[in-house]
Amino acid sequence: MKDFVSLINAIEITNKTTAKIEALIAYFDTASDKDKLWCIAIFTGKRPPRPVKSSWMKHWCAALVELPEWLFLECYSTVGDLGETLVLLLPEPTHQIDLSLSDWMTAIIDLKSKTEAEKKAFVMHAWSGLQLQERLIFNKLIGGSFRIGVSKKTLVNALAKRSGIDANQLMHSIIGHWDVHALTFEALLEGQHINYDNSKPYPFCLAYALEKPLLELGAPDAWQVEYKWDGIRGQIVKRHGEIYIWSRGEELVTQQFPELVKALTDFKDDFVIDGEILALKNNSVLLFNDLQKRLNRKHVSKQLLEAVPVGFYAYDILEYNAQDLRTMALEKRRGYLETLFASSTLSECLKIPPVLRFKTWEALHSIRDGARRLNAEGLMLKQKESSYHVGRKKGDWWKWKIAPLTIDAVMIYAQKGSGRRSSKYTDYTFAVKKDDGLVIIAKAYSGLTDKEISEVSKFVTKNAIEKFGPVRTVKPELVFEIAFEGIALSKRHKSGVALRFPRIKRWRRDKTVEDIDTIATVKRLIKAY
Amino acid sequence: MEFIRFTKKGIYCIPGKFYLDPWQPVDYAIISHGHADHARWGMKHYLCHDHSKPILQHRIGATIAVESMGYNVSKTVQGVKVSFHPAGHVIGAAQIRLEYKGRIVVFTGDYKTTPDGLNIPYEPVKCHTFITESTFGLPIYKWLPEATLQKHLHDWIATNQAQQKTSVFLGYSLGKAQRIMKLLEGVDAIYTHTAIHALNTIMAQAGVPLPETTLLSPDFDKKAVAGKLVILPPGLLGSKLLKRIPNAATALCSGWMQIRGNRRWKGVDAGFAVSDHADWNGLLTAVKASEAEKVYVTHGSQATFSKYLNGIGIPAAEVVTSYGDAALDGTPLTTDTV
Repeated sequence: MKDFVSLINAIEITNKTTAKIEALIAYFDTASDKDKLWCIAIFTGKRPPRPVKSSWMKHWCAALVELPEWLFLECYSTVGDLGETLVLLLPEPTHQIDLSLSDWMTAIIDLKSKTEAEKKAFVMHAWSGLQLQERLIFNKLIGGSFRIGVSKKTLVNALAKRSGIDANQLMHSIIGHWDVHALTFEALLEGQHINYDNSKPYPFCLAYALEKPLLELGAPDAWQVEYKWDGIRGQIVKRHGEIYIWSRGEELVTQQFPELVKALTDFKDDFVIDGEILALKNNSVLLFNDLQKRLNRKHVSKQLLEAVPVGFYAYDILEYNAQDLRTMALEKRRGYLETLFASSTLSECLKIPPVLRFKTWEALHSIRDGARRLNAEGLMLKQKESSYHVGRKKGDWWKWKIAPLTIDAVMIYAQKGSGRRSSKYTDYTFAVKKDDGLVIIAKAYSGLTDKEISEVSKFVTKNAIEKFGPVRTVKPELVFEIAFEGIALSKRHKSGVALRFPRIKRWRRDKTVEDIDTIATVKRLIKAY
Repeated sequence: MEFIRFTKKGIYCIPGKFYLDPWQPVDYAIISHGHADHARWGMKHYLCHDHSKPILQHRIGATIAVESMGYNVSKTVQGVKVSFHPAGHVIGAAQIRLEYKGRIVVFTGDYKTTPDGLNIPYEPVKCHTFITESTFGLPIYKWLPEATLQKHLHDWIATNQAQQKTSVFLGYSLGKAQRIMKLLEGVDAIYTHTAIHALNTIMAQAGVPLPETTLLSPDFDKKAVAGKLVILPPGLLGSKLLKRIPNAATALCSGWMQIRGNRRWKGVDAGFAVSDHADWNGLLTAVKASEAEKVYVTHGSQATFSKYLNGIGIPAAEVVTSYGDAALDGTPLTTDTV
């Protein structure tokens, strides 16, 4: 497993995608066929169910090293990863087990039918026979998630670079149904188990942010204007009865959205459409935060399907019954799209959002300001004559976003992050003034630079009131400008308001806790839009 | 408690009227070692180990009033017997032993219990009251044996050289840099940054044998340095100088590198847990060897370590100090203490 361990180390230490790809290629150049297949399976989430509960592993380790539970938890909250905490606490190895990745995977699969005592013996033997880094990989293989810095796209790019096979085809191959034991590495890459002709997507046409006055765009009636929806861009490919959903990042995400697949089967025709995957409930668009709960899940529970139903707003059509429409003018393509959607009895989750009517550029300003009420990010302006470009082309498609709302708030709690951020306090809770005290207004995790996070983290360490556990209460001193997409009254929140998608806009070093907003001024924002 | 008091200026010896590693200006300061969070500017009089003296003069000022003595030699200040004992941390680092009316207090400053082949190894000192650091006071901190650590560094260099890369190590100028030099001795030519070179010169003059190195001058010859070994202070991560080093692979050397999240945070190519502090077992061994009745725990995991000591029947309490602030040593991050 040493080669796989080096691969993981090489991938983890770098932020550069090119370096990750190099490391993957080096691994694929030397690993055995079965190891390569397992590597791909692991990186794409095709792992056998875990045979051992992580709580068991925690207990076995704590008992072995004779540490009180509170100290074990303290270590865990410092390290931020259970598998790694175990690795660091366990005693030195006493022997050396040399097994390949596929040998380990086979052993782990076999473990499923064993008794708890047999499982414990297996894990203990492995722990005492592996070096630190191998132990970590073992812990990740056997329990918990295997989250490392490789996206499916990076994996596919490495395979494509090495084999010369089209990246999107490889994406389809590795995502599709296959079994490590049933095919060879070459067969997997060549895609003998799939029919790529059915899934092949087109490159997305991208827009630039509008950076000039609307008046310079010329006649308003040369433009098709729609809301800019805040979801994830998606391309739906339906050919010969098969349905594929591609994300902007060129990952196949079909399995994540079963309700879309179900709704799409109602169509008789073949097509490729471009649009936005959105969380959609009772005909209105939910927040991106809600949609996020649905993303990157291997299994979607019934509960989640009901809580956050997903829909698709189609805004373009690229192919209709095997005919490529991309060079056609947008206006004409829109006609095809409308005909297609009119011909089927549509389920509620598939929709063509309306084209906005306006006479003057002037009028468009107020339309844009109203976008927030629909949970839209702003407007899209597309030239009616435009073809569907490959990538970005200046002048034909513009995105015109609304400015976020902002308030000044003070940080009162901090918590450590996870993964790369596990060593720093990166997750903060903010408050605004209420009467003589403070009231929590939002939590935010993003928006600061690494350097700022280090500084804030240091402040937290120095000014924390608690000494143990993961959450630190800090002196209300650091003031931040918090940006958000919307605000509404809420009974669930102590402050009485809920902010949508709050994030840190900037650190206001020039302000003190005296200068922060009051809950009354925050509430006034609700009326303001 | 005893004849020591923890004050806002530092650890104060009541009868001796002096402070140990004070962080505010005082009349008489006894200094454990030359790191900037322990040896600060503004004291009217300094007392330190012989090897720390030139370091203090270099870092604080040539004109400071500084007096020095060797290990295991004593001096009486206002009736308090003061002596220095090897702390094994960096060159000149001392545990400060104070004896007054039969009662003994030991202040460790920073220390490392395992020998590194460079500094005089740590010597346990028995006392009634033991004031210990706790930088790495969690059981997840277990340092590798020196030989294993050395092998890891050498393997990394070999990998780099096979890919025509220059191996760049980042570590503090005082202590860590020399430790790295020792670990790399004999592998290939070692280039050191000006700040490190200056300290090397001082140490060589003080009679400390150091591996041979070359100064990395600001206008260094890229061809000569390519594929060799370079040691820089950690503050130079991301600097123009580092960018000029041909095909550089960077490695941070710090105890904090024990944790993956820290290694990844820094955006370096490698992280090695090379520390000049005691690890968890080192701290426990030192506490037990002191046979102290009462332990005070300073900078680091003071809350956790003192709670643990109380749990195993050793009376302990935490003390808030201003030590461990690495910003003083040239980098803005707390977790970068050597």
